[in-house]
Amino acid sequence: MYKRYQPTHIWREMDRFQRDLNRLFDDYSPSTHSAPSFPAANIWADAESVLITAEMPGMRGEDIDLNILEDNLTISGERPTENLPEGATYHRQERGFGKFARSVRLPYRVDAKKVKANFKNGILEVSLPRAEEDRPKKIAIKVA
Amino acid sequence: MTNESKALEAQKEELLPELSERTRDCRCFVPRADIYETEAEVVILMDMPGIEDEYIEISLEKNILTVNGYLFPVDPEGYSLARCEYQAGDFERSFRISNQIEQDQIKAQYQNGVLRLTLPKAEEAKKRKIEVKVG
Repeated sequence: MYKRYQPTHIWREMDRFQRDLNRLFDDYSPSTHSAPSFPAANIWADAESVLITAEMPGMRGEDIDLNILEDNLTISGERPTENLPEGATYHRQERGFGKFARSVRLPYRVDAKKVKANFKNGILEVSLPRAEEDRPKKIAIKVA
Repeated sequence: MTNESKALEAQKEELLPELSERTRDCRCFVPRADIYETEAEVVILMDMPGIEDEYIEISLEKNILTVNGYLFPVDPEGYSLARCEYQAGDFERSFRISNQIEQDQIKAQYQNGVLRLTLPKAEEAKKRKIEVKVG
């Protein structure tokens, strides 16, 4: 009688088990992803719009540039340094500064004219409504 | 210390649970800080994005200056999180300050997610310069 070759079957099961485990741990700790570049951003989405929040302490709203090209949002700017008075010395300097730019890929195209941005307490919040032509269209089925 | 450039970092450092037991069910971070000293004062700058100023608590006890910032995050309604690069949470950090600080004159100001503490030096501390005689 024909007999199945067992070992491959077992190894396939093992592989699947390992994939499941990896996925489990990936879900559990988002920090296993590569370190984000400045500013760290969270992307919220529903069917009609995207909401992006980013931590940018020490910036002023007017110093942040937002650019939209198709489904890419670029956040750029420069975090200023503190103007030290004459004769001042640093004991500790942990806060970074300088120019930055990063692009965020959006889940769909947005209507650039309807984008709203707000900056409060060091958090940038950008709301980007989905472009009308990019929305899913319902197709009616005619019954003959 | 020279005014060397420090690169921008996106990730926050989490407070180790061994250092402080938390009663609030959310993450807690150690804010990045710059400290500099001038002739008249010591200035501490801390990155604490997202905190409302009424939820910043600053206390001074036995020369330990502790700053707490409490966050009450509200997830945007109807949205689901598609990508997460930072966790919102509280901030906590303590500093030991010297007796040479005028402890009842400490000023705090919060703007654009940065807390600025100004610690004026006591008069005696400013004057207390001891000349070293060579001879």
